[in-house]
Amino acid sequence: MKAKTVDRIATGVIVAIAVLILAVLAGLLGYLLVRGLRHISFDFLTSPPQTIKAGGGIGPQLFNSLFLLVLTMIITIPLGLGAGIYMSEYAKENRFTAFVRLIVEVLSSFPSIVIGLFGLLVIVNRFGLGFSLLSGALALTVFNLPMMVRITEQSLRSVPREQKEAGLALGISRWRTITQVMLPVALPSIVTGTILAAGRVFGEAAALLFTAGMSSPRLDFTDWNPLSPTSPLNPLRPAETLAVHIWKINSEGLAPDAPEIAAGASAVLVITVLLFNLGARWFGRLLYRKLTASK
Amino acid sequence: MSEIALYTKDLSVYYGEKQAVKRVSMAFPSRQVIALIGPSGCGKSTFLRSLNRMNDLIAGARIEGEIWIGNDNICDPQTDVVQLRQKIGMVWQRPNPFHKSIYENIAFGPRYHGVRKRAELDEIVETTLRKTALWDEVKDRLHQSALSLSGGQQQRLCIARSLAVKPSILLMDEPASALDPISTSKIEELIAELKKEYTIIIVTHNMHQAARISDKTGFFLLGDLIEYDDTQKIFTNPSKKSTDDYISGRFG
Repeated sequence: MKAKTVDRIATGVIVAIAVLILAVLAGLLGYLLVRGLRHISFDFLTSPPQTIKAGGGIGPQLFNSLFLLVLTMIITIPLGLGAGIYMSEYAKENRFTAFVRLIVEVLSSFPSIVIGLFGLLVIVNRFGLGFSLLSGALALTVFNLPMMVRITEQSLRSVPREQKEAGLALGISRWRTITQVMLPVALPSIVTGTILAAGRVFGEAAALLFTAGMSSPRLDFTDWNPLSPTSPLNPLRPAETLAVHIWKINSEGLAPDAPEIAAGASAVLVITVLLFNLGARWFGRLLYRKLTASK
Repeated sequence: MSEIALYTKDLSVYYGEKQAVKRVSMAFPSRQVIALIGPSGCGKSTFLRSLNRMNDLIAGARIEGEIWIGNDNICDPQTDVVQLRQKIGMVWQRPNPFHKSIYENIAFGPRYHGVRKRAELDEIVETTLRKTALWDEVKDRLHQSALSLSGGQQQRLCIARSLAVKPSILLMDEPASALDPISTSKIEELIAELKKEYTIIIVTHNMHQAARISDKTGFFLLGDLIEYDDTQKIFTNPSKKSTDDYISGRFG
């Protein structure tokens, strides 16, 4: 076959694949939004769910999802950055680090239900944290951390070596060179990776069933004392997230409008992820601009 | 005879098993430009990079021998590398400004080394940019990204950046080879100017450049320092045949 023909066929195949992927994505999103959007109202977003009656909302679940995300990220980001910096800049290339890398890989492809069980046995029972936001955040950290470490490591490795050398050649210490010269350069890809890791927190249900729990206490949104048991900010209270809620009402919901609530909640979840992505990207760009003085 | 800024004694550099630099002894007089020439892979860049121990960063690289700057042996494991590097500036082949503003590129080093006052930093930024003939071109956009500058400007900014921490020696690894002829001649003028205050050791592939700007030239071949003498002598009447072959373009 002539090279030109091959080129045309290859281009055609690639375009077809791209269109297929787009179509699947658009179909999925469209289906979710069309089915869900009409159930979304201010009331739906803010009121607590109903067990038997119709007209329940998803207020606490939405809040729980966001709060769990924040908690998880507070734990994951410093640990992930620290370990990533160590792996890329300090660790020597030897059997031990190769082993650590292998473990990180394995951990990142762990089935989330297994992590949920691990969380139940170790975090919830052994450490006595109970079904709580904190237990959930720790379980999610277990499977977000590997991703965060790898992202940080790879982002730092892709910073041109001359950048690092330029810092060191000025007589600047290794730590300062890493944090003030290399990290700003690596920031955009670290932010992208963090968003991916965070997206998994929103969507995760299996790992949370046994850790954050499947119920939410009556929350008093006027009580912002983190130590009070009805305060939304209390990290030691059980918390059903949006994804868990969708799973629950679909499998055992008693309310007559359960399918509608599930559809509405799914749409809300998708929109939240979308907004979060856009927001995080905007914030990342802002940070990058501030650090690098670029436009 | 002027004083010696830096000298090496039997300096060898290994990458794993391979010996890249073979027992090189060389003295660099103060406030002169010394060019290191030789074909690719002859060890001149490796030699240059060992002078501020930049090779420490490469896994498997190892140094033997001595490098003296004043009364300090650079190769001594006790030597504080971070402090040492402040005394020896470095400029790379490809301009590598930090991803920061023009101002920050220069102020970053001095601030780390303890200059905190805004006025002092401003002063350092202005003087180093004037020294590198960049001030008039960038004074109105000091707070824009350094990456918005042209390649030649970026390279002069990198030189200004290294001057800002007050080194006495400048190492330059083919500083003009990635630049156009006009930027190159600006860098060369700059080197001639900087010679009044700094000792400059420059690796170059450009024979004319070496002849134009340097006072002394060292010729490397396969890790050995073949000949090291006044540039005038090397380019008109070299004493080794391989030097003559190289500079007259018979190999390399």
